[in-house]
Amino acid sequence: MAVMARGPSDTRFIVAAAVTAVGFLAVPFIIVRAPIESVMGPIQKIFYFHVPTAWMLMVSTLVAGGASLRYLFRGTPGSDRVALASAELGILFGICALVSGPLWGKVAWGKYWTWDARQTSTLLLWMLLLAYMLARTYGGPAARKLAAALALFSAANVPLVYYSVRVWRTLHPDSSVVPTLDPRMRPALYLSTLFFLTLWGVLLAYRLRLERVRAALAELEIAVEDAEEAV
Amino acid sequence: MADEPEVATTPLLAEPVRPAFFTQVLTIVRKDLRIEWRNREIAYTTLFMSGLIVLIFAFAFITESTNPGPGATAGILWVAALFAGTVALGRTFDRERENESIRSLLLAPIPRPAIYLGKVLATAFLMVLVELVVTLLVGFLFDARIETYPFRLCLMLFLGTVGFAAVGVVFSAALLRARSRDTLLASLLYPVVIPVFLAGAKGTGQLLDPLTPDLGGVVFWTQFLAAADVIFLAVGLWAFEPVVTGE
Repeated sequence: MAVMARGPSDTRFIVAAAVTAVGFLAVPFIIVRAPIESVMGPIQKIFYFHVPTAWMLMVSTLVAGGASLRYLFRGTPGSDRVALASAELGILFGICALVSGPLWGKVAWGKYWTWDARQTSTLLLWMLLLAYMLARTYGGPAARKLAAALALFSAANVPLVYYSVRVWRTLHPDSSVVPTLDPRMRPALYLSTLFFLTLWGVLLAYRLRLERVRAALAELEIAVEDAEEAV
Repeated sequence: MADEPEVATTPLLAEPVRPAFFTQVLTIVRKDLRIEWRNREIAYTTLFMSGLIVLIFAFAFITESTNPGPGATAGILWVAALFAGTVALGRTFDRERENESIRSLLLAPIPRPAIYLGKVLATAFLMVLVELVVTLLVGFLFDARIETYPFRLCLMLFLGTVGFAAVGVVFSAALLRARSRDTLLASLLYPVVIPVFLAGAKGTGQLLDPLTPDLGGVVFWTQFLAAADVIFLAVGLWAFEPVVTGE
């Protein structure tokens, strides 16, 4: 079957999954070897997990928005599947960011949640993706188009939400933290981000395959029903 | 035989002259406002609901002799506007669903963007009228300095309302045939319009400060609202047609 030609059995996916697995085995050693931050000490190393997961949430929102734009105007089912898979991954990585952030905040700031602008904006983005899933599940006959419109608004909202960091009082570092980062810390951050990105890609590919197989199965079921009625 | 009367002939197959785009937009606005003027259902119900929300917050926040600060007063005003606007949006499109008049609207030779803009402007106009009354109520109950910068206050309310309506019209139209539209509309709408709500509440709070109103901050939040309106209207103009016509 054509739908089964691309998927986890494909060499590319196996290689990507293997690279991701190796990366996740190697990155902790790289993080341990990164210099210890002078103020927060070893606790700061959660940064190498927290920041990439927050970036993956942002990437997921933008990909879902772009795919939704394509779906709204081309009607291609593939774009709709990409939007759905990206939204689900955004929720997953958002949970990681919203759990790791407060854990770090409790040690660094003394409170789990301070209504800091970046914390709040991350929560807001995450809730937009949750709203997308609500729209998909309960949106009625136009659920896919409704969810696509919501994803489009969410993607357009990203700069509005991000820009608020520049204005609101915030305990977070300045939004442009990477340029001011100690150069010895950058390799760990970049490698961690790279392997989270490959993990995101591998999970997206597997999730897309699941949706393609579901769509093919639905078509087969309709064909069987039609054949039974014809008989 | 008497001469047959001269019959004026018209070119039956002449090309129809379509009204200009904004004329069509205003036609939609006039239609909605005329329907509303005939029974004033949305205006009365949303006004009453806004008043109740303001009272509920008053019971929650007012202590023996102190009013809530300008920030909390502004928040109460915008929360009342948010909830009332949601009710207005839902009811506006309920009217279209009754007797399937939405089908007539979509069959009319009017571009979908014109329908969208007309709905946004009509909804925003109704909401602003209600908000003006609620603002007077808030000024009266909480002794808020609404008379100090009335133009800036009205501008912020208008811009925030347009942004809210720009998103709300798209979602209301898409949820027209959904069973859980009443609960879903708020769940989908509020996360998207939170930046608009925050900008409006913060800017209004700075404006109502009796001692040191931060006019620089007010200018910033007004510009933020204007930018958000442009973004949301652009996205809404793109997204309205696919969601209202497709399944």
